[in-house]
Amino acid sequence: MDALSSNMTLRNDQSGLHPCWSCKGPVAEADLFCETCHAVQPPGHIDHFARFGLHNSYDVDVDGLERKYFELQRHLHPDRFAKKTPKEKSLSQQQAVTLNEAFEALKDPLLRADYLLKVLGADGISHDHTVNDPALLMEAMETREALMEAESVEVVNDLTMKARRDVRDCVKQIAKAFADQNLEAARKLALRLKYLTKLLEETRQHKARLVMK
Amino acid sequence: MIENVLLQIHEPGETPVPHAGDDALAIGIDLGTTNSVVAVSKGETPEVLRDENGKGLVPSVVAYAPDGSAIVGNLAKQLLLMRPETVVSSVKRLMGRGLSDVKSISGTLPFEVVEGEGMVRLKLAGRELTPVEISADILRALKERAEDQLKYKVEQAVITVPAYFDDAARTATKDAARLAGLEVLRLVNEPTAAALAYGLDQQAEGVYAVYDLGGGTFDLSLLRMEKGVFQVKSTGGDAALGGDDFDHAILEYFLEQRRETFGEEKLTTDDVKIALVTGRMAKECLTENDQGDFVLEFNGKTSKHTITRAKFEELATPLVERSIEICRNVLEDGDTFPDEVKGVVLVGGSTRVPLVRKRVGELFGQEPLADINPDEVVAVGAALQAEALTVGSDNLLLDVTPLSLGIETMGGIVEKVIQRNTPIPVAKAQEFTTYQDGQSAMAIHVLQGEREMVDQNRSLARFILKGIPPMTAGAARIKVTFSVDADGLLTVGAEEVTTGVSQEVAVKPSYGLSDEEMADMLRDSMVHAREDMEIRLLTEARVEAKRVMEAVYSALHIDGKLLNEDERSHINVVLNKLDEAIAGDDRHAINSMVEVLDRETQTFAQRRMDKGIEEALTGIDVKKLENAIGS
Repeated sequence: MDALSSNMTLRNDQSGLHPCWSCKGPVAEADLFCETCHAVQPPGHIDHFARFGLHNSYDVDVDGLERKYFELQRHLHPDRFAKKTPKEKSLSQQQAVTLNEAFEALKDPLLRADYLLKVLGADGISHDHTVNDPALLMEAMETREALMEAESVEVVNDLTMKARRDVRDCVKQIAKAFADQNLEAARKLALRLKYLTKLLEETRQHKARLVMK
Repeated sequence: MIENVLLQIHEPGETPVPHAGDDALAIGIDLGTTNSVVAVSKGETPEVLRDENGKGLVPSVVAYAPDGSAIVGNLAKQLLLMRPETVVSSVKRLMGRGLSDVKSISGTLPFEVVEGEGMVRLKLAGRELTPVEISADILRALKERAEDQLKYKVEQAVITVPAYFDDAARTATKDAARLAGLEVLRLVNEPTAAALAYGLDQQAEGVYAVYDLGGGTFDLSLLRMEKGVFQVKSTGGDAALGGDDFDHAILEYFLEQRRETFGEEKLTTDDVKIALVTGRMAKECLTENDQGDFVLEFNGKTSKHTITRAKFEELATPLVERSIEICRNVLEDGDTFPDEVKGVVLVGGSTRVPLVRKRVGELFGQEPLADINPDEVVAVGAALQAEALTVGSDNLLLDVTPLSLGIETMGGIVEKVIQRNTPIPVAKAQEFTTYQDGQSAMAIHVLQGEREMVDQNRSLARFILKGIPPMTAGAARIKVTFSVDADGLLTVGAEEVTTGVSQEVAVKPSYGLSDEEMADMLRDSMVHAREDMEIRLLTEARVEAKRVMEAVYSALHIDGKLLNEDERSHINVVLNKLDEAIAGDDRHAINSMVEVLDRETQTFAQRRMDKGIEEALTGIDVKKLENAIGS
């Protein structure tokens, strides 16, 4: 028995299969449901990209990602398991939690850059509060000043448009840096994206204040 | 009629309950501050369950008879004028609240509260009752109405709560359902239910706003509809702003006028209860008319009051503007401008007030939708969701956390672990550390709300993680995990990462009921508590046994060739025995036969794993092979 089970473990590692908790048949790490008995499985230890069937690439079609997210939630959300056993309910919740986490991390260009940096073994940017890039600092100061002085919706709109364009350009540059496997550049650009995202938020708040006065 | 059903159920020789999940319908309940509604949906056709006069609304008013029995609804509402000391209304405002919360709710409240710790208690007909018990009485009445009309036992329900209800209030609502003998399939946010009812899923795509001004709470939610998926983008509200406040404002105005005539008067809680009925009448009158005359009578003195709609609107303006301000914040949170909203759904009787319609229309630049009765729309949505959960549906509802959740850190500052408007279910972890050398315990204080400081937020729970091994300050790594389930209920876990010392608590709100209190109440409220518990355990055993059987059948269907005839017939014998056990009433027999089946299929399971691994390593497509075997 002991010899058998240790043998099995070894072979499991090679094949990537493990027994289904419900029917004991073989399931793969990324399987959501057992192919034999259709029982929901615990979330596999795979990265966020793999969860959506994507490669580790910064280029993500966000609309396609969302369609896939909805499709997966349709099958995995706890609402689909209201009449099932407590074990299946709990697994469905784990799956839905994991899926929400993966979707949140990938749909946003900034969080995606942070996550991909970490997946590729580089430092993320989430805990980086200081910016050492003098050009970026200068740009930030000037734009903020312009925003503070903006008294009309038109001026804010112009600033918003510019910030949106900058975000779009920055995202493209990040994608290129990742494609070139230049993680240092990607990281620097991600920090710039962080600032631009914040700026966009501020322009929106400023506009809301002006519109709703 | 109910007796008949019960008798049938207990007929000798028959199983005491129909097998779980067979054809029992689950109901949808809108447990409102002022009125409640129960509805059921069959074949995606929802129906509000009405009384013999065609009324769907059950006033959320409970009167207690001297023997402690509860009278709910219209009759209780009538008793309010005759025996106010035995009657309670608007109890939803107190769900999950403590004494200090209740005292801070503005205006004159018609509650006589008992001083003390924990969940607030009300004095009624010489007894002390919690809001949970009173709500349970309302739910019981709704359950009975459903059973009367549907002619079978109802055990499952979807219950709606204001989106802005905090964890304490949600837990209190679930507790009330348990007391009433209802299993809550899901707590659904009222605005989401309203959107479901509008069938916005079918035709509509885009962002919709739901403006829900209930009796005691206000919510605005932005929902995005796309191909049958309802996604809540952002939500916000005020758990202490509602149509009741309009009644209060009118009443305060009348009382001010009285003071000019009679000077200062002392009003009892019962006087206020009666006077509020007049305030409500005035509000409703001014929806249709430009002016109305009303009479108040206390202490044997009568006063006459005239109020115009213009005056009422002057009184209501600050309240309506509070709601409009919340709308703006939610729009901002949802990254949406008012003109991007494709439609505005109105929910709650108080949205009939012309001033409300006018201001909402102005903010969004369009006429709000009000095709479905705003008093019934939430229950209709709840019934649709109950059907979706039990029978199935093409639609899916993806909701968010209404409020941020965090823990207290040094200096009384709140560190947010889960931000508001995060899609649920969700689990997030954050690491904290000790701040003293050799610190062996850490207090975890869980808070809900958007503000910076602890005392500005709502305290949900406190617990202590003990057994941290002595380390220098800052060396321990305490990982705190917050999990919010699909009902919006929170569980918090804490673990010291280096040693694995851990602790998990289902958050029992500071103003919730303790497990013992709950157990006592269950004992008191259910004569057949033990029987009900047995039935539940039996049902659970059957559901689990059926799952195991189906798993084995699937495996036999696909991999049956791995067994010789003897082995296969042996397994069949065990399967038949389990099937017999399921048909019986002995859950221990069912459970032990499940164990036997598990044991007897172990060899089979090993062969299946071996086969799967072999195929994986030799590169045969498992699926193709299955298809080949299956055909």
